Amino acid sequence: MDIIQIVTLGIIASILYIVLKDLHGPFAFVIILVTGLIILLVVMKQLGSIIQLIESLGEKAAIDGMYINTILKIIGIAYLTELGANITKDAGLGAVAAKIELAGKIFILLLAIPIITAVIESILNFLPST
Amino acid sequence: MQMDASILFQIAGIGIIVALIHTILKQMGKEEIAQFATLVGFIIVLVIVINGLSDLFQQIRSVFLLQG
Repeated sequence: MDIIQIVTLGIIASILYIVLKDLHGPFAFVIILVTGLIILLVVMKQLGSIIQLIESLGEKAAIDGMYINTILKIIGIAYLTELGANITKDAGLGAVAAKIELAGKIFILLLAIPIITAVIESILNFLPST
Repeated sequence: MQMDASILFQIAGIGIIVALIHTILKQMGKEEIAQFATLVGFIIVLVIVINGLSDLFQQIRSVFLLQG
């Protein structure tokens, strides 16, 4: 049961954080950082099999590989952006966190450009040419 | 590199010991050495953290096909 370990890890991390917060500030922040890191790492290892399932389903449905790859990249960027934004927000840098989120949105939009153009072109094909 | 609660205890232990050394050195009146000890402790912790961070980024990169 991985979930029990993760919950226990969170509780231990909070206790250590409370102990270290008054003793030495920077180390308490490092505790938060490492806890998020470990939990995300455990989740990523499980996520690999889910991604494989999505890929195999896409191949069975004969979807163009480019679209699934783009979606996977967008999900990856979303996870990374969330991690960075949360850590910077915990450190008290709300402005930087907002900028990181903005950058994540821009990069996601950049990755989605080929799909958007494909959709617009197919819509234009439906329209009668004047 | 095994990633479990032991690394958390490691960092917390280093933090407590560094805070102890800092307090003792401050009481002895050696302010500069106390600052230096804190800096060294923080760098040691930072190395551990960066190892874990690169591990995580590699994992995300391989899972989500982010090669470019």
